[in-house]
Amino acid sequence: MEASMFVRPYGDTQDDGAVQLSFTLPVDDDARSREAARRLVLGLGFETCEIAHAEKLAAGFTMFIAYARTRHGVELDEIPVDEGAAEKAMGYHEVNEFVGREIGRPVVVVGACTGFDAHTVGIDAIMTMKGYNHHFGLERYPMFEAHNLGAQVPNERLLEYAVRVEADAILASQVVTQKSSHVKTLTELVELLEAEGLRERFILIAGGPRIGHKLALELGYDAGFGKGTYAEDVATFIARRMVERRSA
Amino acid sequence: MRSKLRLPAGKIAEARELAGAIASPVHSYIEAHTTVTVERATLRALGADGVDSLGVPVPNLAVASLAASGELGGGAAGRYVSALLTRDLAQDELDQAIAGGLDILDAPEVDPAAVEAKARELVEEFGRRVAGNVAQRNARLAEFGESERSPILYVIVATGNIYEDVKQAVAAAEQGAGAVAVIRSTAQSLLDYVPHGATTEGFGGTYATQENFRIMREALDAAGENAGRYVRLVNYCSGLCMPEIAVMGALERLDMMLNDSMYGVLFRDINMYRTFVDQHFSRMINALGDIVINTGEDNYLTTSDAYEKAYTVLASQFINERFAMDAGLAPRLIGLGHAFEMDPEMKGGFLLELAQAQMAREIFPDCPLKYMPPTRFVTGDIFKAYTMNAMFNFASMATGQSIHLLGMLTEGIHTPFMQDRYLALESARYVMDNIEGFYEEIEFREDGVMARRAAQVLDQAIDFMRTVAAEGLFDAIENGRFAEVSRSKEGGKGYEGVVEKAPDYWNPVQDLIERGLGR
Repeated sequence: MEASMFVRPYGDTQDDGAVQLSFTLPVDDDARSREAARRLVLGLGFETCEIAHAEKLAAGFTMFIAYARTRHGVELDEIPVDEGAAEKAMGYHEVNEFVGREIGRPVVVVGACTGFDAHTVGIDAIMTMKGYNHHFGLERYPMFEAHNLGAQVPNERLLEYAVRVEADAILASQVVTQKSSHVKTLTELVELLEAEGLRERFILIAGGPRIGHKLALELGYDAGFGKGTYAEDVATFIARRMVERRSA
Repeated sequence: MRSKLRLPAGKIAEARELAGAIASPVHSYIEAHTTVTVERATLRALGADGVDSLGVPVPNLAVASLAASGELGGGAAGRYVSALLTRDLAQDELDQAIAGGLDILDAPEVDPAAVEAKARELVEEFGRRVAGNVAQRNARLAEFGESERSPILYVIVATGNIYEDVKQAVAAAEQGAGAVAVIRSTAQSLLDYVPHGATTEGFGGTYATQENFRIMREALDAAGENAGRYVRLVNYCSGLCMPEIAVMGALERLDMMLNDSMYGVLFRDINMYRTFVDQHFSRMINALGDIVINTGEDNYLTTSDAYEKAYTVLASQFINERFAMDAGLAPRLIGLGHAFEMDPEMKGGFLLELAQAQMAREIFPDCPLKYMPPTRFVTGDIFKAYTMNAMFNFASMATGQSIHLLGMLTEGIHTPFMQDRYLALESARYVMDNIEGFYEEIEFREDGVMARRAAQVLDQAIDFMRTVAAEGLFDAIENGRFAEVSRSKEGGKGYEGVVEKAPDYWNPVQDLIERGLGR
């Protein structure tokens, strides 16, 4: 019979369940607050708790450093191998290293708001240096050559540019969805590529606040990215897909 | 200042000459052009305010109308003041009317002398208010000056809700912060208008609005009184509205403002012509308000290697200094930036980091240099981050930096908890107090590692600036000389908002500032 894979935190002894926590309570530091902190920790599933340190941060705020022990643990055998985790996006450093190692040259990406759409916040968030919310855009990535054509780019011009710079991937951004204009414009791009016999040359990605992966696939794209997407998500997809295609 | 690095004065002078050669043609362009935001800022300085029912600011409505009819080249002030006179309205009544749909172009022309007189009245009111703020600040600094720590400890708050920010900021003031910056909601740089009123929602930060500035200013004044210190309030001019945010900062007694001559172009893909014209006018407003500008050299090092590309930081400092002086800012108001961003795995990296910090200190002796903490190599390992920040605190104090942006142990994870900020301040106070006297005591080995490193970076910066001067700044940017990014001259956002000044261009606010500067 296999040894149990029941795992508890480890301080300096097997199964001692030792954990270090630090947190702030919006209270002044006194005996009652320290007891409150201790009880809070015990209520989180710990058997014992020692408040090692209490520090006044400001009037009405105290930080506590606590050491506590728990009998809780996790049965590793019960955890299924997470298929989803394999698809988790690589971080900025990781994806650049991946491209360097597996592809050996910068990945060329061309992006734009297509058709009459002038709302570039999304494509800018993915492409420009500063990116969005501390997630840098593709322009920052040493192993990506990013071309942001901006707003209101006709599909023909986007395609022509992508061919000229020998792009690996094309990002078509659509924010406006009135009268399904996004569907029309996105579909046109696919049709244009197919008519020119160029569909297979590019990794085609659709993006926008109302663009889902499912919709994008239905329209003939390789992927769709919606709200909450950052550059590394797009970069990871492109890099992995390029490697997959190569070995297919 | 006794030199520890013994950098040749001749080379430093040459670098400054090159900066002048780089800035001069840009200055010619700036003199000949204005932009939508320069004109909106002018109206704000004349007192225009308010928004329509959709939240579009009155200055935007007025300027858009002028731009649409091709009249913006003459400046917006004349038309606005004419409208005020012909309709015989109080200013807030005129603003409300504009918000209600009134087109200021509808007003017939008025006697120019009357327009000038009225404009002078409004401009002088603006000048008085700003001068009053400068006097207030100086009075408080004089009152609390003794307790001022150097470097100034500068922290950031960013909850998205200005009222929550106030709590964090007040706590930070209690903990020893000398400056508090409110990070703006992400991508505010890309808005071609300034949001209005107090805001309680933002993404990754809080919107910069005039009302938010006023709220935070009031809170920090009270917190400062309690702590026996003047707490500086900082915000960001960056983006498509640099002049307008500068005006708001001057009106509400902000003390420091991020204002970089090239950040918008390189990192936000804002058109270069738009950026250069905007940065000039905004810096003139900053000068009027006696506001310290902070520049964004840290951005160069967030992707480019800090060892390989240290010279781009130095070159940018020279260029920023030149543009700042052209706008009337004295060195004591030019808070040039740099950062501690070398790979922590680099053996012996600390000496190089120290050399570069000392180099900046010696080349810009009168500038309140802003030194920024490690971010590039900071991960979720908060304990390593805390140690890296301690090294940064040491380097900062040991080289006499002026403004010290505290590093947070959770830099790699989230915007700071109150406890993160507290721990950062505690570490800085400990390190800086403990090594007091180090800067004055320590000399550097002649021709040692540090002296040679500084000399090398200076030489590289000069070579780089020669290339840029030869190509011209606009072309150099297009050729990707800066930050490894190329921006086309007429590309990027906001180019359509740049207009050539007409022969009869008139800007009474600019005139006020230039008179004050003795030009």
